[in-house]
Amino acid sequence: MGATGRGRRPRRTHRVASRRDLLALLPAAAVGGLLPSLMVRPARATPAALKAAIAEVIGDAQLNVGRVKLEIPPLVENGNTVACAVKVESPMSATDYVKAIHVFNEKNPQPNVVSAKLGARAGRAAIATRIRLTDTQTVTAIAEMSDGSFWSHSVDVVITLGACLEDPL
Amino acid sequence: MPRALIKLPSTAKRGEIIEIKTLISHEMETGFRHSSTGAPIARDIITNFVATWNGEEIFSARLFPAIAANPFITFHTIATESGTIEFRWTGDNGYSASEQVKITVE
Repeated sequence: MGATGRGRRPRRTHRVASRRDLLALLPAAAVGGLLPSLMVRPARATPAALKAAIAEVIGDAQLNVGRVKLEIPPLVENGNTVACAVKVESPMSATDYVKAIHVFNEKNPQPNVVSAKLGARAGRAAIATRIRLTDTQTVTAIAEMSDGSFWSHSVDVVITLGACLEDPL
Repeated sequence: MPRALIKLPSTAKRGEIIEIKTLISHEMETGFRHSSTGAPIARDIITNFVATWNGEEIFSARLFPAIAANPFITFHTIATESGTIEFRWTGDNGYSASEQVKITVE
C-alpha cells in the first residue's frame, strides 16, 4: 500500500471542508433545510406521469391545498380493493359548486383513478369508490370548483400486498 | 346479464339530499396483467358511468383500470321530482349495462 503511494502525494485541488466548518453550518441547515422540508411536504416531487395527468386536468391553474378531504386508510393489507372517499367543502349553490372530483395515484401503471363530474344538482360534494393500488404510494384528490380554482389533498398509503400485477410497473 | 345493485331511498322529501350507492359486477381487467403463458391479457374495463334523473344527467364518472373489480360508486343528489333514475355503465368491447330505479318525491 505504502510503496505505491510514496512520493506521489495526491494533489489537493480544493480545500476539503473540516469538521469545524460543517458544524458551523448546522444551525443554518436546521432553519434553511429541515424546517421547510417539513412544512411544505405536499410540494415534493412527484413522478412525471402523475404531473402530466394533473396538468391535463388543471391546465395552467394553480393547485391549492385544502377544502378537499380524501378519506383512505393509511395502512392497507390488500391493494386490490381500497375504500376511497372524497369530500369537498362547498356550499353547492347555483353559483358556487364543485364541478368535478379527480383522483390520482403515483405508482400504478396509470396515474388516473377516477374523474367524476358533479354539479350544483348534487347537493353534497362527496363521492366514494373502491380503488386498486399496486404499491405504497401517495394518492391525490383534486376538486375543480365552479370559479375555476383547484383544491387538493394527498394521503400517503402503505400497501402490504399490492394489486396483482406480475410486472410491477 | 351483469348484476347491478343500487341502494337509494324509495321515497324522499322534495329538496332532500339523498345518497345513491351503486355496484355492478365486472372483472375490470386492467390490461397490465399476463396469463400463465406470459401473454398479455387485454384490457376490459367499464370506462363510463352516467346517472340520469328523468333524463337529466345528475352524475357521471370516467373510470380507469385503477378502479377495483365490481365498481362501487357512491354519490349524492337533490331529490327534485318523482320519477325514474337510470344508471348506465359503458366500457370496452362494446360493454353496456343499465338499471332503472323508481323514486317517489313528496
